Amino acid sequence: MTIVSHAQERPVRPAARRNAAAHLQDWLPRLVLAPSVAITLFFVYGFMLWTFVLSLTSSRMLPSYDFVGFAQYARLMANDRWWVASTNLVIFGGLFVAICLGIGVMLAILLDQRIRQEGALRTLYLYPMALSFIVTGVVWKWLLNPGLGIQAMVRSWGFESFTFNWIVDPDMAIYTLVLAAVWQASGFVMALFLAGLRGIDDSIIKAAQLDGASLPRTYLRVILPCLRPVMFSAVMILSHIAIKSFDLVVALTGGGPGYATDLPATFMYAHAFTRAQIGLGSASAMLMLGGVLAILIPYLYSELRSRKHG
Amino acid sequence: MDNVIRRRTPAARLGRIAVYAVLLLAALFYLLPLVVMLITSFKPLHEISPGTLLSLPQSPTVEPWVKAWGEACTGMRCEGIGGYFFNSIAIVVPAVLISTVIGALNGYALTKWRFKGSELLFALMLFGCFIPFQVVLLPMAQTLGWLGLSSSRAGLILVHVIFGIAFTTLFFRNFYVAVPTELVSAAKLDGAGFFRIFWRILLPVSAPIIVVSVIWQFTQIWNDFLFGVAFSAHNTQPVTVALNNLVNTSTGTRDYNVDMAAAMIAALPTLLVYVLAGKYFVRGLTAGSVKG
Repeated sequence: MTIVSHAQERPVRPAARRNAAAHLQDWLPRLVLAPSVAITLFFVYGFMLWTFVLSLTSSRMLPSYDFVGFAQYARLMANDRWWVASTNLVIFGGLFVAICLGIGVMLAILLDQRIRQEGALRTLYLYPMALSFIVTGVVWKWLLNPGLGIQAMVRSWGFESFTFNWIVDPDMAIYTLVLAAVWQASGFVMALFLAGLRGIDDSIIKAAQLDGASLPRTYLRVILPCLRPVMFSAVMILSHIAIKSFDLVVALTGGGPGYATDLPATFMYAHAFTRAQIGLGSASAMLMLGGVLAILIPYLYSELRSRKHG
Repeated sequence: MDNVIRRRTPAARLGRIAVYAVLLLAALFYLLPLVVMLITSFKPLHEISPGTLLSLPQSPTVEPWVKAWGEACTGMRCEGIGGYFFNSIAIVVPAVLISTVIGALNGYALTKWRFKGSELLFALMLFGCFIPFQVVLLPMAQTLGWLGLSSSRAGLILVHVIFGIAFTTLFFRNFYVAVPTELVSAAKLDGAGFFRIFWRILLPVSAPIIVVSVIWQFTQIWNDFLFGVAFSAHNTQPVTVALNNLVNTSTGTRDYNVDMAAAMIAALPTLLVYVLAGKYFVRGLTAGSVKG
């Protein structure tokens, strides 16, 4: 990517009266960008700072500005519910990312075997991504309802002792979130990897097969390593979805049973908006931002490095 | 040509069958919730009992849909989700249009009129794609109050535009980077101005990325719940919030068929977009990961 210098292309304009117009043309791009930049500075960076400031105060119902240092963070660290939410995020996020990748890669590879009706299958795998997490939550809540959903159906087939009541079991409810989220997002991973597979030079594959490598071996040793950037992007996007997960929890479990399926996003919302704990809620929002940055910064760093070398 | 590489030995044939079996099983997994949602939404309530999850309605009825649209209770009110459906439309349409126009102009200025620091400005704006929105909720609530836009549709439109332009700018910027600069330079030599060049040269080739941007924004804003629940009142709620209220309203017997019909109503617009323009939908999804 080369940066074109416009100064050299511009013709010398002798007429002085054109100078004003030329000046305006010079500034127009900046003027066009200015509102967006101002908006970003205020509503993104300014608000982050504002939330940070709030997290240093004792705000409860309404924002107040008597500073208490990092006391809210200390309260957060001593808060059981926060630890449940954080642990849940690790479990949910880890399983969600891993299973989505597993299913997505597998489906992409299978679809890459000159499959009849590939387009139709692809459409079916990906459509959940177009739905709202609220819709997903409502549907899965119905399917997982022990009395009327999948459990009842399998029992009616004659498997009387079949049990699938995760949604009412505090120890298992978190896995219902994984199930529904995987259903929604794994098709997207498939699409990413299929695009990646189609981009690989056929000659590499042919060469590997001429060397006598079996098909699974070719994929494992030759093709998948080529797709490392795709893998990287997928992990990035999926973990981002996981950290922001809010709607799915609200619609599927409501954070329950008890607060067994709370995530940081629902914790933040509950404390900031319904439990009149604005200071504590802000502190939890800042920690969420920290979590996103911890994933984002290594990603951007490697992106920029590969761009420089590439 | 398939046969040249692998003659159909019995083992290979078995392998093929296994591949198709796995693919079909996966298709069933993805389809099941939609099928259950659909058939349940056409069942009268008395047909819903343990073990009938997959049975087709004996006497199909559209009554659950009618009830979901106009009568079902969402919280304190029992007016169905129809009104909220129109709230969503009233929020989504302006927000999508405004954010797409701004994104197009930004992307154009950032690629064809580079100036010192413009890449930095882009990076600055791009960050908006990545923040967890929890970090802006409280200040946003207060700012909307100051602007007199609390709990209004205009307020929600504003919020969606503000946090949408990072994405639309990214889409258009990555697209315009690939448009040859020679044409633009020639037009500049001829004395064509900023907007004229945009109108005559860039806009005519922008159809695909406009579709991507519109679909992405439409899906994102229609499916939004967080901003909707935080910044709306009972008469300005989007349909996702109303759906959640409807399902979680615990008065009287649960009308599961109505729940499913309401979920279908909330899902239909984005599903329709996906069916009609799936290709562009996928392109929007991958735009963030595939560099332009």
